[in-house]
Amino acid sequence: MEDRKCTGCNCQQGQDPRFEELAKVIEEYRDMEGALIMVLHKAQDIFGYLPEDVQKFVAQGLNLPLSEVYGVTTFYSYFSLKPRGKYRIAVCLGTACYVRGAAEIVSAIEKHLNIKVNDTSSDGRFTLEVSRCIGACGLAPVMTVNEDVYGRLTPDKIPEILNRYE
Amino acid sequence: MSIIRSHVLVCGGTGCFSSGCKKVQAELHAALERHGLANEVRVVESGCFGFCKMGPIVMVYPEGAFYCQVMPEDAEELVKEHLLKGRVVERLLYKEPVTEESVALFNDIGFYKKQHRVALRNCGKINPESIEEYIAHDGYQALARAVTRMTPEEVIEEVKRSGLRGRGGGGFPVGRKWEFARVSKDSIKYVVCNADEGDPGAFMDRSILEGDPHSVIEAMAIAGYAIGASQGFVYVRAEYPIAVERLSIAIKQARETGLLGKNIFGTDFSFDVGIRLGAGAFVCGEETALMTSIEGHRGTPRPRPPYPAVKGLWGKPTLINNVETLANIPVILLHGPDHFASIGTEGSKGTKVFALAGNINNTGLVEVPMGTTLREIVYDIGGGIPGGKAFKACQTGGPSGGCLPAELLDTPVDYDSLIAAGSMMGSGGLIVMDEDTCMVDVARFFLEFTQDESCGKCVPCREGTKRMLEILERITKGQGEEGDIQLLEELAEVISKASLCGLGQTAPNPVLATLRFFRHEYEAHIRDRRCPAGVCQALLSYHIVAEKCKGCGLCKKVCPVEAISGELRQPHMIDKDKCIKCGACVAKCPFKAISR
Repeated sequence: MEDRKCTGCNCQQGQDPRFEELAKVIEEYRDMEGALIMVLHKAQDIFGYLPEDVQKFVAQGLNLPLSEVYGVTTFYSYFSLKPRGKYRIAVCLGTACYVRGAAEIVSAIEKHLNIKVNDTSSDGRFTLEVSRCIGACGLAPVMTVNEDVYGRLTPDKIPEILNRYE
Repeated sequence: MSIIRSHVLVCGGTGCFSSGCKKVQAELHAALERHGLANEVRVVESGCFGFCKMGPIVMVYPEGAFYCQVMPEDAEELVKEHLLKGRVVERLLYKEPVTEESVALFNDIGFYKKQHRVALRNCGKINPESIEEYIAHDGYQALARAVTRMTPEEVIEEVKRSGLRGRGGGGFPVGRKWEFARVSKDSIKYVVCNADEGDPGAFMDRSILEGDPHSVIEAMAIAGYAIGASQGFVYVRAEYPIAVERLSIAIKQARETGLLGKNIFGTDFSFDVGIRLGAGAFVCGEETALMTSIEGHRGTPRPRPPYPAVKGLWGKPTLINNVETLANIPVILLHGPDHFASIGTEGSKGTKVFALAGNINNTGLVEVPMGTTLREIVYDIGGGIPGGKAFKACQTGGPSGGCLPAELLDTPVDYDSLIAAGSMMGSGGLIVMDEDTCMVDVARFFLEFTQDESCGKCVPCREGTKRMLEILERITKGQGEEGDIQLLEELAEVISKASLCGLGQTAPNPVLATLRFFRHEYEAHIRDRRCPAGVCQALLSYHIVAEKCKGCGLCKKVCPVEAISGELRQPHMIDKDKCIKCGACVAKCPFKAISR
């Protein structure tokens, strides 16, 4: 464990208790074959995203080259390397939502928040993302705001829904 | 012990969850408490009923009364009227769209009448978080029969005789796949359940995992016994949190009951199941990419052969089946392969679950015998197209499949007929499109999807899909050129022949299928600079039909760029140079006088 204390990378590991939590996760998964993706899922749960120092920490903990970790985090769309807003809006762009007008929902949100897809609003409140089918096709078009799901959307419902999130 | 006289099943699938079923449950509990019924009526959170559009759905047993779109504020009335006084609450029953008649019983509803539920047999019927309820519905009996009274070869023989084919899209005979894995000699083998349901618009695997997770675990154990494996993995999308949770609970219960673990049913067969999460990569639904992902790497496919049955996960023989395929297995072993084979058609046995979505009245999950026609699914079960619009096409097979036009509505759905018609079964997404859908735009949408999801390993897929997408984008922007269609066809041929995996090989299908049936729409975009369905913004040209315009002035008021002029009660005009084609006037006009 000694060598994991400081790598001289200017990170906040020393002070940040979240790294202790992550170290426990790594400990739990260390002996599992192919643990990297499962560990990254947990790491993203803890930190909200996967900044460089977290990826380095995982790489060291699992004894993998950083390039391997970076390769995986950039391959899978579920992992984010950028910090995200307090509320993550994900508009489903599955086929059912698309034919029911999901594109108009995206532009209504872009207009309302004055941001583009994959951006975070300047106050750090919202990040707008588009997602793959979440399987709520019966309610298309659908979006999620963190854990909340909104279905049967129309562009005029957007301001009222987003205003609920402070 | 108190006697429960009535069960209230509240659907807890993703569709109903999104419609607010949790609050309904809480209110039902509260209302039961208030009326002193908490000891005799039990509220159960069940799996998906399939009729997602009408959610949240509540069913009251033993009567089998089917209530839909139940809101939290309806709980009081439901409890007071139905559960206290025994009177069905007419107002909340399902009403047939045409006759407006309310239907009390679930089996009488048009949506369910033509269905035959095999893979979905327990969804919406049992509490998915209770192994006891699964066992009470004959659960784990098939596993018991297999490991105590059958040899692995006999199990494989029964699966072969049933005629079951892979439900994930490929349609490969399941029994033969098992046999290949059986004959591979190795001390370590794996069973993998592919629950990386990536086709947009398909959600049957999610519903099975949410509504009946034990059926998948049982089937994996049977498969393990048949091929000689002692470890299984379920590779499931991280986007399906409810499914992951229910599956984890089910695995834990099965371990505690001794139905997973060492020496199952006192035999020397041992088997366990682990969960691996996907992380949002469509290509991981391809079996070799899926295995690479379970191993913890970037999910890129590898060339076949060697097939997974010979060299799969960590180089060991591996059997990969999809969720719906596995859900059929216990039924085959329990009721016999001949019973299963009596359902369906000559070449496609059993049933298929379709996720019905898009421009259709009854969206949801439907399970029908193979050979049912598209027309029956769209009109008899799906209730037709909303808003009196005309049917244009239905899309099967997701981004790998194709669109079939109205002339082919009488095509029976089975593996071979769909391919002959120019589409494919795929995993069972069935998206209905009405007259307002632009087929060129749909092709562009799917290409955008596959282009984005191409893993980049092989050139034909990585570069080819990009070039095809560029051409389609140009066409939808009104910059199409003569020769574009030929170029698309040429690229399509190269991509489908030269790509490494199924993603690339099938990526051009949506373009080829729309070219086959809707070529005139491509030509209208390219030659006439016109989008017949009125979807492609750049090709729209708004004008007011003078005969229809009453001169009310609403459009003038709503236009953001003051492009509309005209006197009150006189036909108005749109200045095409100023118009930004936002569509606000069309939405506002009460006389439908603005065309595009």
